[in-house]
Amino acid sequence: MTATVNVFLKDGVLDPQGKAAHHALDSLGFDGVADVRIGKQIIINLETNDKIKAEAQVKEMCETLLANTVIEDYSIEIN
Amino acid sequence: MKVAVLRFPGTNCEFDTQYAFEKLGHTTELVWHEEDKLPSNIDLVVVPGGFSYGDYLRSGSIARFSPIMKAVTNYANNGGKVLGICNGFQILTEAGLLPGALKRNNNLHFISKHQNLCVINNDNAFLNKCKRGEVLNIPIAHADGNYYIDDEGFKKIEANGQILLRYSDDKGEPVVVNGSVTSIAGVCNDAKNVFGLMPHPERALEAILGSEDGVRMLEGFSA
Repeated sequence: MTATVNVFLKDGVLDPQGKAAHHALDSLGFDGVADVRIGKQIIINLETNDKIKAEAQVKEMCETLLANTVIEDYSIEIN
Repeated sequence: MKVAVLRFPGTNCEFDTQYAFEKLGHTTELVWHEEDKLPSNIDLVVVPGGFSYGDYLRSGSIARFSPIMKAVTNYANNGGKVLGICNGFQILTEAGLLPGALKRNNNLHFISKHQNLCVINNDNAFLNKCKRGEVLNIPIAHADGNYYIDDEGFKKIEANGQILLRYSDDKGEPVVVNGSVTSIAGVCNDAKNVFGLMPHPERALEAILGSEDGVRMLEGFSA
């Protein structure tokens, strides 16, 4: 199975990279950009075929290493 | 005083840190990250600056799982003194030994310059040789020094005297350098035995190199 983990700064925590990209899009004339957030995508290939087990394991990986929950939120998608 | 200086792959301030403590008359010992024990009879552990593990994933996030960090956590939990400088500060926040987290600087630049700092609290083992409100000039050199802590956490560290230093002007008024919450440059833990700061006191030991204010900071530990 493949786990796709997205890690983003929490709402309310200023994302300086997102802000810089937003500013650049405005400068290039792209209208109507309300917000830009930049995060990380981590793709993990797992040996198991048990979706519930995989989800639990990847959640633990996020809490332990992949995200710093003081400043970041994460989402997990398993396929 | 005997000081253990940790070394991870990518650490680059370990020799400056040894030089600083030896200049102050202490003995030092480098400790490789794969060790699972700290040397015996030490008085201080320093986690020096650098780019441990290339700052991959997040600064300090991988180093904090090195075998030696288990020993450092035990040492700190038993009241041992630990100082994290720059990347060392990042490692100690990632390890949960210090509150908050360090984000990318708001202007996205690597900032490297001499910077004034205002001493906020000195009733601790680190800054006891400095006065409250005193302005120190210490070099900074970091990309991820933007200190973040949520409102609730901020209230706690402020009330408990855990804010050590703020970036300031030459009169001690806070200035925005990297986006840190209330310009915080250094904090300690609740028990006041674990200290972290982004500036580099070990680089401010001789007037001829721009500042000797680092001496008073590092001397605090030998009081």
